[in-house]
Amino acid sequence: MKHFLLAAALILSAPAVMACETVTIGDLTIEHAWSKATIGAGRPGVFYVEITNAGSVDDALIGIATPAAGMPMLHETVVQDGIASMPHAMSIPVPAGQNVQLSPGGYHGMLMGLTTALKEGDSFPVTLSFEKAGEVTVNVDVLSLRAEGPDCADAGQ
Amino acid sequence: MRLRRLQLGLWVAAIAAMIIFAGTKWATQGEGVAETSPAFTPVFTLADEEGRIRTSAEFRGKFLLVFFGFTNCPDVCPTTLSDVAQVMDDLGADAEKVQPLFVSIDPERDRRLGLAAYTAAFHPAILGLAGTEAETQAAANSFKIFYGRENDAAAPDGYSMAHSPGLFLIGPDGEWLRQFTYGTPAADILSDLQSRF
Ligand SMILES: [Cu+2]
Repeated sequence: MKHFLLAAALILSAPAVMACETVTIGDLTIEHAWSKATIGAGRPGVFYVEITNAGSVDDALIGIATPAAGMPMLHETVVQDGIASMPHAMSIPVPAGQNVQLSPGGYHGMLMGLTTALKEGDSFPVTLSFEKAGEVTVNVDVLSLRAEGPDCADAGQ
Repeated sequence: MRLRRLQLGLWVAAIAAMIIFAGTKWATQGEGVAETSPAFTPVFTLADEEGRIRTSAEFRGKFLLVFFGFTNCPDVCPTTLSDVAQVMDDLGADAEKVQPLFVSIDPERDRRLGLAAYTAAFHPAILGLAGTEAETQAAANSFKIFYGRENDAAAPDGYSMAHSPGLFLIGPDGEWLRQFTYGTPAADILSDLQSRF
């Protein structure tokens, strides 16, 4: 059933490929959500996104959920004294008036237990949970394994 | 009023100190081990994707771009491998002078998940190597780099790997030339290589 739902989600979202969807909740704008294709479903996938807090109250991203993975988590890649590791991030601050990026080499969503391999051109939904703003779902574009940033005309990288 | 000025002064001093600290930290990271350490010749003996034993000696005559990583690493590792793939594409006819190597620091799991499919997905020129634990440790020691297993109940199989994310350049005579720190743009790696041909 889970597989069927995921397949349905993928098919339904197929025409909106490279949608570069922007969603808002309260003062938060969520855009440029992307992921990289995976080789099979045995290795974790990754999730990147950009969040802008136009309000005057600090918020924080405290979790993600998706039908694409059994165990999605927030991670932060940390390079300290020349050693890279990626500990679990309990929450990612989204301060008032600021723009926060989950991007390669920093914060990322780690999609463990993939339901199916992520293929370039697919998209899948991810629900973000914010401490104050609540939950919002965005469609994530799956880009090439070699992609290094979102493939959107307005991506301010 | 005077207090405010004092406070302001302290803030300015603190921020200046932070910038200087960040600057020196960045500078030392930017230089890497390369420019300061005396010449050395890293060696390795590791099995390739087909299980054949490959040694550092057989690659003499080529530049080696060596990256230590693990395939369960969706954030840092693909970035470096993508840069390496880009460099190989952009080298054109000179690509035959360069052999990119991906050395697994998680060899048992990577062999099980399939190393060849992983490296090929980035670029067919990248050769994946996955030795035994002892061979991998010996290779890392020889390159003077660190890797370690971190137990993490929330990670796949209950662990994750910490590792040096640099990309290492070895010359045709086997001598260590330099490291490209994590995040070095592909164009910079390309022009460095081209300056050496
Ligand atoms: Cu991670």
